[in-house]
Amino acid sequence: MLAFVIYKAVLCVVIFGISLGVAAYSTWWERKFASFLQDRVGPNRAGPFGLLQPLADGGKMFFKEEIIPNVSNKFLFILGPCLFMVTACMTSVVIPWGKDFVLGGRNFAFQITDINIGVLYLLGVVSIGVYGIMIGGWASNNKFALLGAIRASSQMISYEIAMGIAVIALIITSGGTLSLHEIVEKQDAGVCNFVYQPLGFLIFFICALAETNRAPFDLAECESELVGGYHTEYSSMKLGLYLFAEYINMFISSAVMAAFYFGGYNFPFAHELYNAMGLQEGSIWISLIGFGAYFTKIVVFICLFMWVRWTLPRFRYDQLMNLGWKVLIPLSLVNLALTTLGMYYFSK
Amino acid sequence: MALQLTNRSKVVSNKEQSAMEKLYLPAVFKGMSITLSHLFKKSATIRYPEQKRIMAPVYRGQHVLKRDDNGAERCTSCGMCAVACPAEAITMESAERKKGEEHLYREEKYAAKYEINMLRCIFCGLCEEACPKEAIFLTDRIVDTEFEREDFIYGKDKLVEKMTERIDVTKRQTPEVLEFKKTPGLKHNELYDGKKLKEKH
Repeated sequence: MLAFVIYKAVLCVVIFGISLGVAAYSTWWERKFASFLQDRVGPNRAGPFGLLQPLADGGKMFFKEEIIPNVSNKFLFILGPCLFMVTACMTSVVIPWGKDFVLGGRNFAFQITDINIGVLYLLGVVSIGVYGIMIGGWASNNKFALLGAIRASSQMISYEIAMGIAVIALIITSGGTLSLHEIVEKQDAGVCNFVYQPLGFLIFFICALAETNRAPFDLAECESELVGGYHTEYSSMKLGLYLFAEYINMFISSAVMAAFYFGGYNFPFAHELYNAMGLQEGSIWISLIGFGAYFTKIVVFICLFMWVRWTLPRFRYDQLMNLGWKVLIPLSLVNLALTTLGMYYFSK
Repeated sequence: MALQLTNRSKVVSNKEQSAMEKLYLPAVFKGMSITLSHLFKKSATIRYPEQKRIMAPVYRGQHVLKRDDNGAERCTSCGMCAVACPAEAITMESAERKKGEEHLYREEKYAAKYEINMLRCIFCGLCEEACPKEAIFLTDRIVDTEFEREDFIYGKDKLVEKMTERIDVTKRQTPEVLEFKKTPGLKHNELYDGKKLKEKH
């Protein structure tokens, strides 16, 4: 029991650290990647290749003057970014990072918790995330912040429907399980869910862009019309938390997409590789190699997020709503119908 | 169609999107392939303090107060530059040369204090045109950044060239300038009166 508790505690801390580290370096890589796409050099002053830039940015955030507007509701104003950050970190709990491994006769899961409604939990926690934005925008007592918050919440609610329906189709193909661990294990045979659900993946990806408030759907902080959107009134580290949590969200969405559609820690010819290396089933090295493969996929997805951001201009608000309600939801319903029909005929 | 100077302008069209355009995806992929191609292109950045861009030969940057070949300051504190300066960036205080200072100052009168406010200066180069002693020149150096506004007021310590690191201003002495400065009896104020200038030649 004690070993279990210690292991879980260590895993929690490690995954928390990794999420924060990835989020911090996503800010650096975002700027670097953007500059490469724009024939620039990007941050290159703080440390080699600007690698210390996230630390410098974080330090700057802490030392900046902190302004809480007099007319704001102070409790809610502080609660907003905290809630956003907490929900962003909470999602990483159900993500299976690698295969289970056996150490000293004990079986350890490379996942903080494998709840059997993991997918529901994910969708639920992501929906709570919008409260952080909503409360922050409301408590600011600023019309731009409020508009940004309203936009963010209506956008998230609209795109969650299409996302949810796309996930239902995915769950049907992976045998009706809601546990992320099982969804990933089902793809062990070498065929990832993307083969069965290409349209579903496309819908999920577009919705993930909208859910994480990334360009081209970053209307919540549309600086050309809403000053700074929901975080107009925020300064210092509270602003930092908002920006940081968005990168954590991006990391987790990439992880979820890699797990749902691209086999998570599985990769082609994995078993052949393990056999060639002489690794036994349940070896910790298998878990770590799997984690490496998973992490590579996540990084690729993060790059894809950034690539999209630095290519596409922002949608207009009516275009966003049209796309969500009139295109993505019907499309995801078609996808669901096709999947059900396909499953019905193939399973007969 | 109204009169057009170039054929570059395009008439704004407000037509509905076609079915293909409504799909967004073809346009998205096209855009993403364009950005991807830029990933492999050389960056256009010049990493400034280490790398410096090649300046035009007649670039007008930070000023220098020249010394003559013996190391004496050429400036005689006549104030022509200050008068010519449209931004009123130049101020100076004159002093009389004492005995034994001939190696320091070329003329009997010299600038005890000479200040250029680099925030006021518009780098037009009228000061060097006005200068009868060929003492002030603009160079291809860029004025440094500072934290305080006071630090942008450059005194003689920053303006007068050091004999150890002389500054080449031959690029600024174009044949026209040299020819102009040779003309005897030419008052510098007449420079701005083109008609008078023509009559003299």
